[in-house]
Amino acid sequence: MTGALYLSQPFAQHALIAAALVAVTCGIIGPFVVTRGMAFAVHGTSELAFTGAAAGLLVDNNPIGGALIGALVVAAVIGALGVRERERDSAIGVILAFGLGIGVLLLGYYHGFATAATNILFGNIFGVSNDQLFALLAIGVGVVAVMGVVYRPLLFASVDADVATARGVAVRRLGIVFLFVLALTVTAAAQVVGTLLVLSLAITPAAAAQRWSPNPLVVTGLSVAFALVAADGGILASLASTTVKPSVFVTSISFGIYLVSRVLGPRLSRQGRRPITDMVATA
Amino acid sequence: MAIIRLRDASMRFATRALFEHLDLDVAPGEFLAVLGPNGSGKTTLLRVLLGLTALTGGQVEIDGRPPSRGSHVVGYVPQQRAFDRDLPIRGRDLVRFGLDGHRRGLPFGSAKTRARVDAAIRSVGGENYAAAPIGHLSGGEQQRLRIAQALIGDPRVLLCDEPLLSLDLSHQQAVSALIDARRRDADTAVVFVTHEINPILPYVDRVLYLVGGRWAVGTPTEVLTSAGLSDLYGIDVDVLNVRGRIIVVGSDETGPTEPGGHHHHHDHHDHHDHHDHVPGSH
Repeated sequence: MTGALYLSQPFAQHALIAAALVAVTCGIIGPFVVTRGMAFAVHGTSELAFTGAAAGLLVDNNPIGGALIGALVVAAVIGALGVRERERDSAIGVILAFGLGIGVLLLGYYHGFATAATNILFGNIFGVSNDQLFALLAIGVGVVAVMGVVYRPLLFASVDADVATARGVAVRRLGIVFLFVLALTVTAAAQVVGTLLVLSLAITPAAAAQRWSPNPLVVTGLSVAFALVAADGGILASLASTTVKPSVFVTSISFGIYLVSRVLGPRLSRQGRRPITDMVATA
Repeated sequence: MAIIRLRDASMRFATRALFEHLDLDVAPGEFLAVLGPNGSGKTTLLRVLLGLTALTGGQVEIDGRPPSRGSHVVGYVPQQRAFDRDLPIRGRDLVRFGLDGHRRGLPFGSAKTRARVDAAIRSVGGENYAAAPIGHLSGGEQQRLRIAQALIGDPRVLLCDEPLLSLDLSHQQAVSALIDARRRDADTAVVFVTHEINPILPYVDRVLYLVGGRWAVGTPTEVLTSAGLSDLYGIDVDVLNVRGRIIVVGSDETGPTEPGGHHHHHDHHDHHDHHDHVPGSH
């Protein structure tokens, strides 16, 4: 059976739709994650979504519900503990280490399918049910809607917090809203690539997009496009190969796009500058 | 009719006061320099005018109303700071934040918005680099665009917090001249917090000098005298006039302080005393 034949199967169609939904949400939040220096927060949230998923598996055989609750709890704790960037990272490190330990403990008590644990860690995109697809759709719509509303003030707050505060932007409140959006996105992304590999969709496409343009809207558009290519491209490649897990292709394509962007991206230091830049002459 | 009015304004903390019983009127188009050592309350006064901090006593009004955060009556120019080189923000995006950065939604631009941003950039001579990433701009270029950002909302008061810090001399002069031109053209009052008065000395109408809870207001020649500052600091201070520059030397200091060589108050909320620290110059 070739990859093309798989495409008529519901499991493959579900996988492609789910990956597309996740790619769009990750692509939108990615540039903010990079701009706000929150890569570690993404990693911490996804690791603790793992703990939540392990708990969900144990209690109700529902890893996604558990992951969602875990991620939201972590977002709340990070929001409450770490206001400043430096404090935030150490707070995340503290919670992360403890939470992962709990996750390992919980898995020790789980005597169901052995693959359940690796599915949480490395993704199980070909096992997406109708219910899960609707959950991903709901998360996707929610994230896009919230980001559509907060985009401009959040961008202002992310690059220029002092002036944004003076201009009346609720900098702290926006930061907390973004933490929750991040938690939702991370939970959804973990379904595709697993909690360990979330960064490949939440960071890498945005980091690659930044190499091409300094225009924030262009960067967001490219970030979504790169995430889509990596996520759905990875699934198609895995359908063709049948032996390698889709997560491997998703992370590899994502990394490949980043490398190409670094090498081929324009010299941004020269962009947008006209030849005459003599300050005194234009005074 | 004053655009800024402070009446019996006080800022007291449990252990000490930044200023007390301050009465001050700033007229439209007036250039007021706020001087004083680190932690003397210069930035706190600015935060009061921005509506970010409340006075512990007395009244403050801007354009006849208590200051409110985000008001377009005031524009704000902060210190120059380093931006990450990869930051996906162009100079013109920074300028535009001053117009609608606080509004919800996506930053798609109408032709009208673009025209306003272009005009603001032109007014500071920033056309040649406004499309470049903000992290690739020099300090002087960045501060010019900061002024465009502050002025794009057509404020009646321009609040500047050490905007010349870490700029070289020619850029200090260019940025100061730009601020001066604006207040003359548009009658915008300027409140300029600085530890170094010389770059703006030609433009300053009056000085507010804050030291350890005490204050003095007047023209530079009235306030910046050996007798006046000695009284304010409570130690012997010499004010020298050398080639049109003002140098302040404290008696218990090891020597004259260098311009721009002070502890830059990155932490706006530090209230440490630096009584031995006297603002100086060349």
